[in-house]
Amino acid sequence: MQQIINFLRKNRNFILFVLLLLISLAFTIQSHSYHRSKFINSANWLSGGIYEKTNSISSYFTLESENKRLVEENRRLKMLLHNRKDSIDAITFIDSTSFATNYLFRSAKIIKNSYARRNNVLLINIGTSDSIATDMGVINSSGIIGVVDEVGSSHATVISVLNSISKINAQLKNTNHFGTLSWDGNNPNIVQLEDIEKIVQLKENDTIITGGNSTLFPKGIMIGTIKDFTLNTSKNLYDINVQLFNDMTNLEHVFVIENLHREEIDNLLAPNN
Amino acid sequence: MGPTIFWNSVRFIIAVLAQVLICNHINFLGYIDPLVYIYFILLFPFNANRSLFLVLAFLLGLTVDMFSDTGGAHAFASVIIAYIRPFVLRFAFGISYEHQSVKLENTAFGQRMVYVVILTFIHHFFFFLLEIFNISNILIILRNTLFFSIFTILITTLSIFLFSRKNS
Repeated sequence: MQQIINFLRKNRNFILFVLLLLISLAFTIQSHSYHRSKFINSANWLSGGIYEKTNSISSYFTLESENKRLVEENRRLKMLLHNRKDSIDAITFIDSTSFATNYLFRSAKIIKNSYARRNNVLLINIGTSDSIATDMGVINSSGIIGVVDEVGSSHATVISVLNSISKINAQLKNTNHFGTLSWDGNNPNIVQLEDIEKIVQLKENDTIITGGNSTLFPKGIMIGTIKDFTLNTSKNLYDINVQLFNDMTNLEHVFVIENLHREEIDNLLAPNN
Repeated sequence: MGPTIFWNSVRFIIAVLAQVLICNHINFLGYIDPLVYIYFILLFPFNANRSLFLVLAFLLGLTVDMFSDTGGAHAFASVIIAYIRPFVLRFAFGISYEHQSVKLENTAFGQRMVYVVILTFIHHFFFFLLEIFNISNILIILRNTLFFSIFTILITTLSIFLFSRKNS
């Protein structure tokens, strides 16, 4: 017994070192797995509060580009509104609470942006107190941004599309062939679309949108255009580089999408059903 | 002992804030940020309690991790350089550092650079190893280690020059 205690006392620094190393390794492994509740994330009062304070100052510097984006989105919505075949008066009022309400949109603000890392995680300024939950899609007026991961009481982290664990269902706009959107870590404006079959006719500048196959995003959210494409090593699937519509380096106001039928869909698709 | 604890706490907070609020957003050439918080580990008093030093390095890394959502990569790398610091000190400054209270500002430029360069490279290598966490991307890990280290070393050396009190 005495020997064990002596051994521990003599090597206490080494033991402490190994212990701390293992703890941080565990945190790291956890952070690289999708949907594991993580102890160390920025969606807490301390880092969230500090980022919110600094963002309240730095957001003034992007006011102009944000205003431009707002005007652009208003223009687009006005075009949609005034070019409808049936005028807005003709829509009959439907007396039901659940009819046709598939998605809830909540507005949020990005208070920590990140795009230069291999695994980028953003922070938004709403959390459980605004009914935000894991696995809600995040978009802005120009396209997709990411998926909500960890949620604190008034902040939430968002796994950006610029993250190695991000896998988003996407498809071509003019056909229904779908694939998986991922990122190779090189350029924050270009993401990769995989698993598109060789038989599909592709052209450069074809538009890529979100597919309806996942419950995260509604079908048809803009992603980007095809920049170039090659056949992969097995020669039966395409590797496609997609130029994002969104400028991921300049993000401010975003929308968080809640799919109201998500639980139902997940239950129906669950393998044990 | 009082003022030492106070000044090191202040340094700790400044190191974290400088890292997460300023240096994480520099993005030189699109992606290079200096990891200046290791300045705290490099400058921590050489004769301090080693267990305390390890725990502080761990907490420092973990705080930076919390702000930058990197899991435990900063903590891991910080603990490693905190543990090997005495060996690097002995290598860089010779056996003498243990007997007399060597201060980093008073050492010769070459020795100081050896010390800073070795620890920075080791820290950055382990950081990117864990951040990227995919050994097939070893080239990206090595490239990032090289570029980020150069930038960090540049910033730390400049600030040692800037903030050192000239005795001679």
